[in-house]
Amino acid sequence: MNGESHSTPAPLTVLELLQRCELVKRRVAVAINAVVVPKSRFAEVWIRDGDKVEVIQAVGGGA
Amino acid sequence: MSATYKLGDLELRSRLIVGSGKYKSFEENRKALDASGTEATTVAVRRVDLTSRSAGSLLDWVPPDRFHIIPNTAGCYTVKEAVTTAQLARELLDTKLVKLEVIGDPRTLFPDTTATIEAARILVAEGFTVLPYITDDPVACMRLEELGCAAVMPLGAPIGSGLGIRNPANIRIILESVSCPVIVDAGVGTASDAAIAMELGCTAVLMSTGIAAAKDPIKMAHAMKLAVEAGRAAYEAGRMPRRLHAQASSPETGLADLS
Repeated sequence: MNGESHSTPAPLTVLELLQRCELVKRRVAVAINAVVVPKSRFAEVWIRDGDKVEVIQAVGGGA
Repeated sequence: MSATYKLGDLELRSRLIVGSGKYKSFEENRKALDASGTEATTVAVRRVDLTSRSAGSLLDWVPPDRFHIIPNTAGCYTVKEAVTTAQLARELLDTKLVKLEVIGDPRTLFPDTTATIEAARILVAEGFTVLPYITDDPVACMRLEELGCAAVMPLGAPIGSGLGIRNPANIRIILESVSCPVIVDAGVGTASDAAIAMELGCTAVLMSTGIAAAKDPIKMAHAMKLAVEAGRAAYEAGRMPRRLHAQASSPETGLADLS
């Protein structure tokens, strides 16, 4: 996740991952293996072993 | 002439669009946006910092119900990175707008023209309102308009350089070559640079460092607002022709004989 390896005791959905990381209330977007996961599918998409998960937010940046 | 202009479905009155990078704080950023009179600001998308639980975020200070938020694809070097970043940003911000940047070289940050055109083609097909950052190349701008971009955004000078409008002749040719909005993006260093872009007839100016890196960013934001308004008004008024020699502005007849 975001370039770091994490192991979890049990398989997680995207929603469960965001809950564990206290990110549920934040405005974030998620890609798994460089494919965007729509917000509407956070509860049903499972993260598999070895998946590359990116969690992004809006930041100040350029023009 | 219309007092407003459109980027896709988005109708704007302010001809100044301000970035959100390089400010000392979110508060300074917000104050600069307010002083600039802008209605729209660009943001980048980056990884959430998982080690920091700080609640503060840019969008708390620059809320989407106050400013139109235009995500950019800054930092992307390939078509795939830019397209995926735009898709993430759409999901994040519920917007079709994207300021497309596909950088070709880390030293100059000049855009990769072929990759920008290819990414624009994909994003237009996916329903995005694409605002591409591009070199001041009239043919590239024509291609981007043809494939459905909502505006073209030629650079005045390299990003963050503050060198001003280095090739006003090319900007003029671009203005003659496309009918979509032309927004000068990058290079504006001070108020006169913004005024020059607007006097040329550009639809708007997009800037970030020109404000954020000033000694007093909030005052410079105000200066840029005035410069953009003055430049636009001068363009609409139509400047006088340039002459090499003087032409008296007082009557040349009726002079008293004082010899």
